[in-house]
Amino acid sequence: MTGPGTDPRAATAGSPPPPTRRGTELLLLGFAVVITLVAQSIVDLTMTGSLTTELATFGTWFAGLWLVAHLVVRRLAPYADPLLLPCIAVLSGLGLVMIHRLDLSGNTVGASATGEDAPVQLLWATVGLVLFIAVLLVVRDHRVLARFAYTLALVGLVLLAIPAVLPASISEVYGAKLWIRVAGFSIQPGEFAKICLIVFFAAYLVDKRDVLALASRKVAGLELPRGRDLGPVLLAWVASILVLVFERDLGSSLLLFGIFVVMIYIATERASWLFIGLLLFAGGAFIAYQAFGHVRVRVDTWLDPFAYADEGGYQIVQSLFSLGTGGLFGAGLGGGRPDQVPVAKSDFIAAAIGEELGLFGLVAMIVIYLVLVERGLRTSLVVRDGFGKLLAAGLAFAVAWQVFVVLGGVTGLLPLTGLTTPFVAYGGSSLVANFGLVALLVRISDAARRPAAPPAPTPAKLTDAPTEVVGP
Amino acid sequence: MNAPLRKVAISVLVLFTLLIVNVNVIQVIRADDLRDNPRNTRVLTEEYDQQRGAIVVAGNEIASSVETDNSLTYLRTYADGPLYAPVTGYYSVLFGNTGIERAENDVLRGTDDRLFGRRLADIFTGRDLSGGNVELTLDPAAQQAAMEGLAGVTGAVVALDPSTGAVLALASTPTFDPNQLSSHDPDAMRAYAEQLDEQGIEPTVNQAITERYPAGSIFKVIVSAAALASGDYTPETVIPAPQDYTLPGTNTGLENFGGAACSPSGEQPLIDALTISCNTAFAQLGIDLGEDAVRSMAEAFGINGEGFEIPLQVEDSTIGDIEDDAALGQTSIGQRDVALTPMQAAMIAATVANDGTLMKPFLVDSIQAPDLTVIDQTDPEEMAEPISDDVAAQLTEMMTSVVENGSGRRARISGVTVAGKTGTAETGTDADDHNWFIGFAPAEDPQIAVAVFVKNGGGTGGDTSAPIARSVIEAHLGGGG
Repeated sequence: MTGPGTDPRAATAGSPPPPTRRGTELLLLGFAVVITLVAQSIVDLTMTGSLTTELATFGTWFAGLWLVAHLVVRRLAPYADPLLLPCIAVLSGLGLVMIHRLDLSGNTVGASATGEDAPVQLLWATVGLVLFIAVLLVVRDHRVLARFAYTLALVGLVLLAIPAVLPASISEVYGAKLWIRVAGFSIQPGEFAKICLIVFFAAYLVDKRDVLALASRKVAGLELPRGRDLGPVLLAWVASILVLVFERDLGSSLLLFGIFVVMIYIATERASWLFIGLLLFAGGAFIAYQAFGHVRVRVDTWLDPFAYADEGGYQIVQSLFSLGTGGLFGAGLGGGRPDQVPVAKSDFIAAAIGEELGLFGLVAMIVIYLVLVERGLRTSLVVRDGFGKLLAAGLAFAVAWQVFVVLGGVTGLLPLTGLTTPFVAYGGSSLVANFGLVALLVRISDAARRPAAPPAPTPAKLTDAPTEVVGP
Repeated sequence: MNAPLRKVAISVLVLFTLLIVNVNVIQVIRADDLRDNPRNTRVLTEEYDQQRGAIVVAGNEIASSVETDNSLTYLRTYADGPLYAPVTGYYSVLFGNTGIERAENDVLRGTDDRLFGRRLADIFTGRDLSGGNVELTLDPAAQQAAMEGLAGVTGAVVALDPSTGAVLALASTPTFDPNQLSSHDPDAMRAYAEQLDEQGIEPTVNQAITERYPAGSIFKVIVSAAALASGDYTPETVIPAPQDYTLPGTNTGLENFGGAACSPSGEQPLIDALTISCNTAFAQLGIDLGEDAVRSMAEAFGINGEGFEIPLQVEDSTIGDIEDDAALGQTSIGQRDVALTPMQAAMIAATVANDGTLMKPFLVDSIQAPDLTVIDQTDPEEMAEPISDDVAAQLTEMMTSVVENGSGRRARISGVTVAGKTGTAETGTDADDHNWFIGFAPAEDPQIAVAVFVKNGGGTGGDTSAPIARSVIEAHLGGGG
């Protein structure tokens, strides 16, 4: 191992260097690759009756991808959390297998000329890895990002706004204007905007947390902030509403607002912000329901999908059929009919997984997301600097919130949104952006678990820090 | 910031728990409902992956599954769609199954217990699982004649083999093309269903078995049977047959068809009363026999308010409640609440033809494995014996007279003795009368019993329905029956 011993800071720390756990990561990555390849073989066997040579190509490529990722982490972020990579490896593997399986039953979303989407998705995963490496290379210390907070905010807002100002022919798919479609590629800039904005939120909130935490008066046990401090949260709210109005994208709107409110809560430790956020959300939701036909349709079909089974509720009803037919153990890979669910590869891939892998498969997937998110939040707990804390928490919560909104939509718990299932669903922007997101988490977790170098952090921060800082 | 972070971590846990609980509800608690939801086409498309058995008439497949290269592998095709539609029904991804496609679904898709051994063998020999065939009792010539006879009208024809109960023809109009409801093109299917709807054609309605109509004068056969069975009457017994008859306890006058007198003397032998279908005579005869005699005879013939399966579901026929003698009088001429399916009407004729024994009608002759070996053969089954040989013989004599000398003359066939009874039922509204004919032939050795029903035909049973019955009988007898 290029172990901790080679790290000069660790050498001066005095205590024995903590384990990097890179071996654990490699073992788990191997496990993820094996699961993916076994699943891919089962798909090929049940759907075509034989194993193909493409399987070998796919296997080599997929394994190579994660080996490279592992080596890069070993080199650039040796103390990174060992569970982050294996989680996204198994999730993206599951997605690739499911997309391949849906390729074989002949329903393509038409992104590629060959009519096969799995190879395209694998290509996007490779692009994602390139971004992953680039982020680790460029961002050697996550605190640097705080300096570019306002630039990133601008980039984020521009990315968010681009589809809205583009003509519908380029930007509109299924009624939502959130794409840039050029030369056969579809890019969803909102996925990248999300990360830029989280970085900005983190930097901004760390800066302003003391002001925002000031309470002016106490109402019903809640310490409410001063009126003039409501500015930022109102701004975020307005931005969310604008996204909803101009891009007709309920998902991104809900996602961004939710992330912002939770981050401001973490930064200020004031539950009143959650309350204000909830109030603003309720108000926004009410206005949106009254003012926009497409929101009303979404909500009505959510409340009683079967009443609209041939119209707006068709997708969710098909999704429920898919899940219900899958039952406890599922139909087995290649054994069900997930191709009957509209956009099964992207928006409804969770239904396809639930149908073929059953309740157990779907719950396993949810638990893997949970592990990913909780590792991210743990990173946030452990890391010493406030910016890193907020950034890690924001990124981890973004994944959690997105998974909750998407899976909630697909399973009828929430109204349907256009968000994608991170790492699993077909779609280049989402996959690449989420690789970038995990790269940041890896970078922060490396800083969090890296043995502290003298001089020690300021006493003020120390009171915050849990004892696990230098623990094993 | 760590305290709120921990709370966020716990909240995430709660959110994900919610997801997991919800997925449990869907995939475990609601799983069966979702799987069996008629809109969930998964079970159906699974069926389309294997070859469904054929429906066979006289050795020819009238419904079969043809392999295609689209996502639903097998396409159901109907060789003579509109001709057999009342029997086969359709097999539709959109609209479900009807007719034999529904009633014999288990056999056709191969899941019937009787095919279990074959299925097992299929698994071990690696053959593709495929369904069993259903061979019907229909006589193509009779079915063809029946549907041609009904062309342009709403109505039904049921023809039975009186000695077994085998259904020789089961026709219902207006008909439709089951191919167009069983295709793999949802838009085309919807368009066709809409077109049928605009024309007022309901593919799920089978006039022969799912609809009931006032029987009119064909019910006089039941009243005659009750009279003869009582022992107090013979065909020659003279009964009152006035020009007008006022129903007891009312001011309602009852008259004969067209207001004519039945006989100059105001009375006539029973056989003559049936021959000319004298209303006043039969109303009075029914009242003289009493409700019990009429009702029990009707019930013995199967008009007992109970439906049965052939295996298509046949609606129940009834004579309704009879409150007083006035009602009994009207019932005795097949009006009031008497409501028969054309199938039930055919069973009346078949019982008389079969020396008084009613055989249970059946439509499926045999069930065959995919290699055409017979797995199950339907055995004829006695349903009831409402009248004795003697009474049956007397009724045959009377019904022969109807066709030879009376209202059923248009059912006559040269060289064949046809027995029958016409019926012209008032609808109780301004709509045109329904036209009935029931009969059988040859009278001395009946091969076929038939009921013809024309809804709101406007003429008389003798004018409208008897000729259709004749052509069905001719088709069957001529076709080597």
